Amino acid sequence: MLEISRWRMILVAVVTVFGVLFAAPNFLPEKIRDSLPGVMPKQAINLGLDLRGGSQILLEVDVDTLRQRKLELIVEQMTGALRDAEPRIRFSGRAVDDCPARRRNELPVDLCAARLRLRDVADLERARRVLAPLKRSQLSVDDIYIFAEPEEGVIEVRIADAHMAQLARDAAEQSREVIGRRIDPTGTSEVSITRQGDDRVVVQAPGVTNPEQLKRRIGETALLTFHMVAPDTVGATRQVEPYPGIGNQPEVVEVTPRLTGENLNSAQPQTDEVGRWVLGFDLDTSGARTFCNLTGEHVGDRFAILLDDKVLTAPVIQSQICGGSGQITGNFTAQSANELAVMLNAGALPAPLKVIDSRSVDASLGRDAIEAGTRASIVAGLVTLVFMVLAYGLFGIFACLALVVNGVLIVASMSMIGAALTLPGIAGLILTIAMAVDANVLIYERMREEAALGRGPAMAIDAGFNRAMITIVDANLTTILAALILFQFGAGPVKGFAWTLTIGVVTSVFTAVLVSQILIAWWFRLSRPKQLPI
Amino acid sequence: MSWWPLIRILPKKTNFTYVKFAGFAAFLSIAAVTGSLVSMFTGGFRENPIAVFQQAEGTPFQRLGAVMEKGFNLGIDFRGGTSVLIEAPGHIDDEALRALGRASQQGSVEVQATTCVEGQTAPPYCAILRFEQGDGGSQVVERIRAGLPSVAEDARITSEAAVSGKVSEELFSGGLLALFWAIVLMLIYIWFRFEWQFGLGGVMALFHDVILTLGVFSVFRIEFDLTIIAALLTIIGYSMNDTVVVFDRLRENLRKYKKMPLGELVDLSLNETLSRTIITGCTALFSLAGLYYLGGEALRGFATAMIFGIIVGTYSSIYVAAPAILLWGVRRGRDDAKPAPQAAG
Repeated sequence: MLEISRWRMILVAVVTVFGVLFAAPNFLPEKIRDSLPGVMPKQAINLGLDLRGGSQILLEVDVDTLRQRKLELIVEQMTGALRDAEPRIRFSGRAVDDCPARRRNELPVDLCAARLRLRDVADLERARRVLAPLKRSQLSVDDIYIFAEPEEGVIEVRIADAHMAQLARDAAEQSREVIGRRIDPTGTSEVSITRQGDDRVVVQAPGVTNPEQLKRRIGETALLTFHMVAPDTVGATRQVEPYPGIGNQPEVVEVTPRLTGENLNSAQPQTDEVGRWVLGFDLDTSGARTFCNLTGEHVGDRFAILLDDKVLTAPVIQSQICGGSGQITGNFTAQSANELAVMLNAGALPAPLKVIDSRSVDASLGRDAIEAGTRASIVAGLVTLVFMVLAYGLFGIFACLALVVNGVLIVASMSMIGAALTLPGIAGLILTIAMAVDANVLIYERMREEAALGRGPAMAIDAGFNRAMITIVDANLTTILAALILFQFGAGPVKGFAWTLTIGVVTSVFTAVLVSQILIAWWFRLSRPKQLPI
Repeated sequence: MSWWPLIRILPKKTNFTYVKFAGFAAFLSIAAVTGSLVSMFTGGFRENPIAVFQQAEGTPFQRLGAVMEKGFNLGIDFRGGTSVLIEAPGHIDDEALRALGRASQQGSVEVQATTCVEGQTAPPYCAILRFEQGDGGSQVVERIRAGLPSVAEDARITSEAAVSGKVSEELFSGGLLALFWAIVLMLIYIWFRFEWQFGLGGVMALFHDVILTLGVFSVFRIEFDLTIIAALLTIIGYSMNDTVVVFDRLRENLRKYKKMPLGELVDLSLNETLSRTIITGCTALFSLAGLYYLGGEALRGFATAMIFGIIVGTYSSIYVAAPAILLWGVRRGRDDAKPAPQAAG
């Protein structure tokens, strides 16, 4: 054990140097940081909203679009119910008002409705009976939809005001989740996303220097749809524009999508055989089945993949695709493919969001609180170091050096993933380091025990490391397993906690075991002690 | 310098008889856990849970949630509150505004200075004040409006709105579920590495620590915010770590002393790990004491939870996890002594 193999020395040296490089931007003033050459890492840890503030965006759910989408859904349910009736109730036309247009023309939006015209007025009584159950949901006592018959044989449906408010509230809540996944996929960015009133969402992100990017990531619905392209269409068609920067030309597509992003499992940026950036996607089981049938029936035809109703690509179906995965080609760059993948993985917004207001905000903690917290964190860190030296003397100094390397590695890792630190986050970091001494303590205590059994210093040091390793591995593997689960199933801050926990455990085991081992081996070789100094 | 390093003061061998007090400790733990649970359901012994349940609306599950909500002094992170935007032609003193917010209601207050118009730093000045609504939010707004002249001249409230908590329901339930599976996995891992009795003992200690920490927050009505969640997760990690260290020694001694009665063996293992327990625990506690006394209000809740958690976490390794092994017994190998596995490195 006291003979340290060369690869171990190299590993420690390389990791430490990289740690220092990646941690360095945090300690340089911004000007110097910006003037660093391109190869040097520049990303630093953001300070959280409580310490430095950031930008705030106030968004509002586009209730008109939401209403129209909901009406389209209801009409779909209604026509389904009429078709399923025995005998079938035939209807000649269905129409949904353009609710945003009504708003623009200053017509009452709450009267925005969808209509069905029955072929045969004699069916009216039966139609009423078939549609009646749709009026209510199981959860509410009041009708959620209002049916009317403005003229003979026409059934009109509107959404009750109370239900519309509930829908808007639900949409805002759902948007919070989606926005969180989009702007903070690792859960470590310390963003704050709250609902304000019924239909507004307030997003605060720490230290965002480019609010435009934030707005772009939040404002898009990111709904992916697959449509057949004319002339291979059945039913109504419409013309759609190409997606700016990615799509090539407008297309005429079927109105109803054959497949939507709801069946999407995940999307990843990839490169194809010739090295162009593409967007790879995986569908869930039912999506894969639909896609398999669709491509099987339409070999040689064209279909279009639309994002928010704009064409990304419209390829010819070469052969049946049944694996459930595929690629979207287009004029992607590495950045746009990556950004789009994050958006698609976060899921679609239930309705578009409008930016109402955007402003920058200051730290939410007062200056006194920040100063007190920072001072306390520094003291807490120093206390740990001083206590280790007091408790273990020379070996305590080795432990301190290991802890310093540990701190550097943690800061470096957190800079790399673009994490933000709040004041409690900093306190947590200090605590992580205070707890990281445990591995050193386990090793030193084991050495003491072995020395007490009458072993010489070399044997005691050796046995101390070896025996303590079993405990260290067991204790830390338990923690890592728990962190992995938290990471997999948790969302937001829980996920962020799992990240930092994993980083802390890995770096502390690395430094406590390898770094202190090397230091002790060097010391041993130089001084050849007769007895253990602890 | 015979006293330095300090570790020399600690005796190399101690002979405490922990197991003798296991019965008393078990009584104490059960009483404390029961008390904590009762407190969580009765709003710190201040509410009648049956009355709250009957008054609440919604499904039985939601009603139960209403009862649990009373159990803690939930902060603005969870419960939400009211947000008002204040505009003044001159500088707004944020400390004065914070004081006004605190004087106007009982809950916590958040103040953020902000630009009134994007990208414009010239007057007028704006600030956002968020407070827990409590009962009668509009009255609080009136009180704030009345107190505004002391904060800045000609200051006025330009808008007010209800805001939700930062923790959405999905995030909360998702987090709980993740935590449940994390604990199950730890149980399985310890079972796999040790024996099932160890796994159950460890998880029992874990629940013991979390419930007692929650109990302290419930009884003393300490504000419960997102940092407390982080503290709870850290406590779980610390408690499990501490327990595994004791278990590890127990396993080693089980192999070493095949004839020793289990009680003595537990005592021996606890004594052998005592100096490590003291040093690691003290380092964490000293560092936390610094955070508690110097860190101001922003860190006090976190430090309180952690200090308490580390003390019970250490206690529970000795008096919950280890005695659980005594309670259920453990299979003692009769085969010839196997050498302890040596880890690589």
